[in-house]
Amino acid sequence: MMKMLVPLAAVIVLIIVSLAGVEAAGLEAVFGIVIPYLAFIIFVAGMIWRVIDWGKSPVPFRIPTTCGQQQSLPWIKQDKLENPSTCTQTFARMILEVFFFRSLFRNLKTELHDGKVVYGSDKWLWLFAIVFHYSFLVVFIRHIRFFVGDVPDVIHILEALDSFFQVGVPLVYITGLTLTAGVLFLFLRRIVIPQVRYISLPADYFPLFLIFAIAITGILMRYFTKVDVVAVKNLTMGLVTLNPQIPQGIGSIFYVHLFLVCTLFIYFPFSKLVHMGGVFLSPTRNLANNSRMERHVNPWNYPVKVHSYEEYEHEFKDKMKKAGIPVEKE
Amino acid sequence: MYDSGKIIIGIGIFLLFVAFPFYYTAIGKPVVKPDPRIDTPAIQAMEKKQCVESKNAMKTLHMQMLNDWRDAVVRDGQRFYVATDGKTYNMSLQNTCMHCHSNKKKFCDECHNYMAVKPYCWDCHIEPKEGA
Repeated sequence: MMKMLVPLAAVIVLIIVSLAGVEAAGLEAVFGIVIPYLAFIIFVAGMIWRVIDWGKSPVPFRIPTTCGQQQSLPWIKQDKLENPSTCTQTFARMILEVFFFRSLFRNLKTELHDGKVVYGSDKWLWLFAIVFHYSFLVVFIRHIRFFVGDVPDVIHILEALDSFFQVGVPLVYITGLTLTAGVLFLFLRRIVIPQVRYISLPADYFPLFLIFAIAITGILMRYFTKVDVVAVKNLTMGLVTLNPQIPQGIGSIFYVHLFLVCTLFIYFPFSKLVHMGGVFLSPTRNLANNSRMERHVNPWNYPVKVHSYEEYEHEFKDKMKKAGIPVEKE
Repeated sequence: MYDSGKIIIGIGIFLLFVAFPFYYTAIGKPVVKPDPRIDTPAIQAMEKKQCVESKNAMKTLHMQMLNDWRDAVVRDGQRFYVATDGKTYNMSLQNTCMHCHSNKKKFCDECHNYMAVKPYCWDCHIEPKEGA
């Protein structure tokens, strides 16, 4: 229970801090300018640091997790996606992993039926992971309208599709709902399935609560409590043009939303969320299984002093002959 | 660093994505803050320059009000709106709203373009003809 309550309390504290900071202390400039810039710098620098750190780790041998027939004799059919042996095949495998979460698609459920272990397909995690990630991506891209002066047509098309059903005014964005639903499912999964609950840590709950709070504050702002959205864009454009300013009368909930997003950005490179970059650098995914075709030499091999049998025999030939031990070379 | 070529390309793509707003705004047209005008003849002629509701309410809630008006008129046949100050208005975009705000380009479009919002009012209503 504590594993869940601590991150929940943390998110509530974040909300209270930003509310109090803006409402009581009048720190709009801190929450609207200083923290967003800090968050952006920490996020970008943190991500680069992580990736370079990964790049420095040697991966001398091919360790892809394979689950298909590897390349063998010409008459044995290779499973090129599950066990790639060339760069192109690995690339295709990575595309499927990054865009379609192929390894989650293989998620299994293990159950005991009459004393026998039974494995069954379990696609729910894959489905909601797809829904969650793609919704978040669309929500993220949609926000570009606050950060550029002349909004590209692509964003307009995306918005039109996202509000396709034209429900209410402002039009309801489908991804706003699906993102919230996705986060809720990923949270419920952690508390309903006993095995998953057992291995869940505060670091698993915190991002879920944080993203949930971000989604809810965003939805509240757009549809219910309302903020002065033109003033919001004045603020964000001030940030983008490096000419920051704090417009009057935006409404505190905007600063709560912004502070939570900043927290997410700062937290990102130092937590499990960094799998955004990590998926590209997973040696178990991005390596071709060509160990039988190419020799991979460990770069930090210690130069071992070898004394081969040939040399040994050469050295002790006379003694060996005297003792009647057979030798290979006369 | 191993595979530094690929890693640097990856970081480059990442930077290209996250820095998009900065360079896109820097090379694009200068950003002009919206300045909706209320200097139409109809508004100038008013003694008390007051919209249907308060300015703040109109600013944040006009879209919801228009939506409610549409539902009331089109679905319920209810044509009159009693404002908070007791005045009664004919619920009509073209006859009430656009009577005063006859300058769509300098009023509606100012903020809508700035916020990249495309309301679908003019899918059904006839857009007012204005000189550029």
